Amino acid sequence: MSSITTPVEGQDPEAVAHAHHDPNLRHHFATAEQQFDTVKIGIWLFLATEILMFGGLFAGFAYMQNRFPEAFFLGHKHLQQGLGTLNTVVLLISSFTMVMAVHKAATNKRKQLIVYLCITIFCAFVFLGVKYIEYSTHYYECMLPGKYYCNPEDPTGHQFIFFSFYFMMTGLHGIHILLGIVALSWLLRRAIRGDFSSSYYNPVDAVGLYWHLVDIIWIYLFPLLYLIR
Amino acid sequence: MADVISAPFQSGVAPVRQRNYLTEPKGIKSWLTTLDHKRIGIMYLVSVMVAFLVGGVFALLIRLTLLNPAHTVFGHKLIDAQTYNEVFTIHGVVMVFLFIIPSIPASLGNFVLPLLLGAKDVAFPRLNLASLYLYWTGGIMAVTAIVTGGVDTGWTFYTPYSTSTNTAVSLMAMGIFVAGFSSIFTGINFIATMHKLRAPGMGWFDMPLFCWSMYATSLMQVLATPVLAITLLLMVVERVFRIGIFDASLGGDPVLFQHFFWFYSHPAVYIMILPGMACISEIIPVFSRKTIFGYRMVAFSSLGIALISFLVWGHHMFVSGQSQTATVVFSFLTMLVAIPTAIKIWNWLATLFHGSISLETPMIYALSFLLLFTIGGLTGVYLAALSIDVHLTDTYFVVAHFHYVMMGGSVMAFLGALHYWWPKMTGRMYNERLGQIAAVIVFVGFNATFFPQFVMGGQGMPRRYYNYLPQFEPMHAFSTVGSWIIAAGLFLTLGYLLASLRKPYDAPSNPWGGKTMEWLTQSPPVTENFEGQPIATHGPYDFFPVGTH
Repeated sequence: MSSITTPVEGQDPEAVAHAHHDPNLRHHFATAEQQFDTVKIGIWLFLATEILMFGGLFAGFAYMQNRFPEAFFLGHKHLQQGLGTLNTVVLLISSFTMVMAVHKAATNKRKQLIVYLCITIFCAFVFLGVKYIEYSTHYYECMLPGKYYCNPEDPTGHQFIFFSFYFMMTGLHGIHILLGIVALSWLLRRAIRGDFSSSYYNPVDAVGLYWHLVDIIWIYLFPLLYLIR
Repeated sequence: MADVISAPFQSGVAPVRQRNYLTEPKGIKSWLTTLDHKRIGIMYLVSVMVAFLVGGVFALLIRLTLLNPAHTVFGHKLIDAQTYNEVFTIHGVVMVFLFIIPSIPASLGNFVLPLLLGAKDVAFPRLNLASLYLYWTGGIMAVTAIVTGGVDTGWTFYTPYSTSTNTAVSLMAMGIFVAGFSSIFTGINFIATMHKLRAPGMGWFDMPLFCWSMYATSLMQVLATPVLAITLLLMVVERVFRIGIFDASLGGDPVLFQHFFWFYSHPAVYIMILPGMACISEIIPVFSRKTIFGYRMVAFSSLGIALISFLVWGHHMFVSGQSQTATVVFSFLTMLVAIPTAIKIWNWLATLFHGSISLETPMIYALSFLLLFTIGGLTGVYLAALSIDVHLTDTYFVVAHFHYVMMGGSVMAFLGALHYWWPKMTGRMYNERLGQIAAVIVFVGFNATFFPQFVMGGQGMPRRYYNYLPQFEPMHAFSTVGSWIIAAGLFLTLGYLLASLRKPYDAPSNPWGGKTMEWLTQSPPVTENFEGQPIATHGPYDFFPVGTH
């Protein structure tokens, strides 16, 4: 067995030597760079699972819209496009502030990192607030999922299916926004504590990727649900 | 704690194995909060063995009920038809979701993958622990569903029955939903581990083939399981809210459920068999003292099976009313998957050829696998042929087919690998003579149980049926006796394996003369796996016959 001073896969021997003094380096990794790359692989794989999961809902939606095109068209007219657009803008802004947060973490700008995380969380709450307003409207008009649908103006008799999908898809998405708020708050707490620096900001990067995924899912949901022709 | 990379590997150091991953740190809390992949693997092993026992008991109950058409044992009727539906559902759900899918990846895979790669742990140890807790949570939810209302839909949960029956379907479905994330997390962990934590000198094509098959399995776990998650969620929401997606009376489509369900569950069956193939790839070279034939073909075939597995789900639905075009396409694509599968079988056979074969217990199981999985796989090709499937679908032929591949395949491989790695995991040698005897008993019992089912199915005996025509009684009875033989063999196995744990450590580091990295370290390994970082300097199957090199 040869000794281990030869670099492997581009690992800098000095980085390896400094490695075990780094408190953020988990013991099974040789270097911080190896750990960072691994976290990236892990979070991208997780994003793939999310796409597959929402994909099932999109497939189901497409199938049912094909079956009841009129019901879906009439149903979507009861959605408030203005509020949907507002939510889209809010999430896009939050994605931008998330990118900035990751950048500030990577460049050691702790205070700005905290500010951007706060704005992102605020945007997430705005999104949920707008969704609450929308859901309340649907509740008063009795446009509810499945067997609870009781709105009288429904010439097709199948509008409840549209609302079933609307609530399932925006509901599942909303749960992901909520989980995102939890993750972002955890990041905020750690950022305030000073855990992140240019040499270690893996969690910020990972949550950032998750947040962008949640945004992208909405970017698909919004036209699909709100802008049907 | 030993340093990674910075310290040279020390071979020839006499192991002080009183200090190993089992003995320190001590205490139950240290086990429940461990981040050590080996401890997590052991806890998974115990859990899947419990699941196997539960599923097996329900299997024995099925067979006992079908001993004669009157469903009596010594004159007493055992269970009624409704209960029978619940019994075979539980057997299926427990065996599929709580036993087979996690069995090799989460127990043996967790233990051995980092060792095979020369790594200290998997990529995400905390995710690994989370995966274990999710499995336990899902399992508890499933057991609660069984105990508080039962489930009678069959493990396939077809609508509209599953959305209307009054049994504990929702709780069971949510339990599987939770357990599914356990599977996803394991997949994410293994892929990242293989990408980034290979030892210095170990390129992709220097990895043991176990790793390639586990990689393919992990890809399927990551991409297919989320679809099951959403399918189960939709089924539960349909039950609770009547959203109208699967219920025809509301405008929905029950066949849509089948599309969603099988889109996951077909890859799932390859998630069940590929880890078994992974084990066979490890056992056969060692017990033939010969390098694997066609390493790259085996590696690429694993990936090929994973890829094609996503394209064939419709072969479970040939008689569901889907279009003829779809049916023909799915039939053709299903035949395709036989190609990489057969490549692997031929390569294992070619490895045996002119090898120096020794018939220890792992090898007996591996050879059983080769025969039984081939039978199961070939009968799968019969079922892929549309004109035959129309007659054989939902008969005992299908039941025999999938038991030949899942039990004759995966479970035999699991048992073989369990014996292969037992000395490494526990530091003890099991009783070899008993191991061989039990392996033969299980082989005989398995064929006695399931071969008659091919014949019955061909003669028209439907699956999941409580009542049957008197003409099938002899074969049903034979099959039931076969199940008792399996039980005897498996209980014998459990007995001598547990008995081995009462011995002092007597297993050498490398009892089988293997060339992969797990054999470099002591049995049982230290918590950090190796003393220092091992380097890959030779291939995983570099056996050279006496007189060469």
